[in-house]
Amino acid sequence: MAWKTYLMKEETKKMSDRQKLNRNLAQMLKGGVIMDVTTPEQAKIAEAAGACAVMALERIPADIRAAGGVSRMSDPAMIKGIQEAVSIPVMAKCRIGHIAEARILEAIEIDYIDESEVLSPADDTRHIDKTKFAVPFVCGARDLGEALRRIGEGATMIRTKGEPGTGDVVQAVRHMRKMQSEIRRVASLREDELYEAAKELAAPLDLVRFVHANGKLPVVNFAAGGVATPADAALMMELGAEGVFVGSGIFKSGDPAKRAAAIVQAVTNWQDSRLLAKLSENLGPAMVGINAEEIETIMEERGK
Amino acid sequence: MTVGVLAVQGAFAEMEAYWRAKGADVFEIRQRADLSRGMDLLALPGGESTVQGKLLKDLGLFDPIKSAIDGGLSVFATCAGLILLAEKVEDGGERSVRPERWFGILPVAVRRNAYGRQLGSFTARGTFDGTPDVPMTFIRAPAISAIFSPDVEVLSTFDGHPTAVRWRNITAFTWHPELHIG
Repeated sequence: MAWKTYLMKEETKKMSDRQKLNRNLAQMLKGGVIMDVTTPEQAKIAEAAGACAVMALERIPADIRAAGGVSRMSDPAMIKGIQEAVSIPVMAKCRIGHIAEARILEAIEIDYIDESEVLSPADDTRHIDKTKFAVPFVCGARDLGEALRRIGEGATMIRTKGEPGTGDVVQAVRHMRKMQSEIRRVASLREDELYEAAKELAAPLDLVRFVHANGKLPVVNFAAGGVATPADAALMMELGAEGVFVGSGIFKSGDPAKRAAAIVQAVTNWQDSRLLAKLSENLGPAMVGINAEEIETIMEERGK
Repeated sequence: MTVGVLAVQGAFAEMEAYWRAKGADVFEIRQRADLSRGMDLLALPGGESTVQGKLLKDLGLFDPIKSAIDGGLSVFATCAGLILLAEKVEDGGERSVRPERWFGILPVAVRRNAYGRQLGSFTARGTFDGTPDVPMTFIRAPAISAIFSPDVEVLSTFDGHPTAVRWRNITAFTWHPELHIG
């Protein structure tokens, strides 16, 4: 197709430009809801409900948790089926440190790779060097240090880890609050205190300097993990999220289309409690969920 | 000058910063009550056009905004904003796009995701409205594939295709001027 000839432009091949373009795509997703889907039908429901992107995976986190065993990248044929079904961006997960899975996802032109703790880690100490990829990456983080380490490795979007597949928002709240309060602390430091801060955070100094100067991460920051209701989504926006991932919360609930649309509106108008009250009415049963402290597999501990 | 920025989804914060840098008073439009503020210009930012279109409908913003644009309100639209305004939206393959989500005012056809997925996003430099060497960022960008009125003025092109146009009260881009402030 003729439009594709633009891709050959020399300047687009430079990785620093790709990083910028990939940060820009995350900017376009802000104020939106990214939904986990396992079939083309679910992807269409999500798109019609107003998802700004979908995460294609074989099993949603709640089922991964229930099934146990090793959890891997989804079948590329399944992901391609979802790419065919919708016009919004399609994301997919690879295991932490699994360079080859990431290459495969890049080869099928995924719009965003989630190097995700929801899957079984392939490397228990190292993440992927994401600066070597043209395709963008989003990574989970529990605090500012983790976020900046992932950005240093080339992630162009951050999300809280939360505790996926539980329907319990407590960990996402903890991670977002911690990250925001650490950002405020770094912003309040003297310039000559930033070296020590970088050491404490175990984060690259140039990124600590960015946070100090701008009072925010250099990339878009979403909430994820345990969001199940419009009120959960509004809570995460209140705490500083720029958008929300909803994993198991939608297609494990009684009326996915209605719940999905309500969460989309809640993210846009999180400050309007009268509207939130209306959106929360008659949504049917939410996912049953499990309390985060009752579970045995702690996904948030994967990949630091 | 007062600018209302549609802030239902997408890069509205960047659009607000863009107009603030130009000295405008800026406010966000998230629901119908916000429209009572009154504005000299409406800015439609980048984002996902399907999401923005749905939220415009769900939040009761679609009809009042459409009549304001039809009534001559100045509009500055980028990427998803251009798609919302276009008379015709082309979409390859079987896609679940809802035509009722578009305003259908600007007499052009746009092709969504014309350059492919995110790996097709790119930057370029070109002449915009007589100014040379303007940086242009295209993110999963649409293309203007046809122009239906001789009154549509082409402000920039890339590889022979129009990438920004002006028509009556509307200026619309396939790229993102709001990503290049200062």
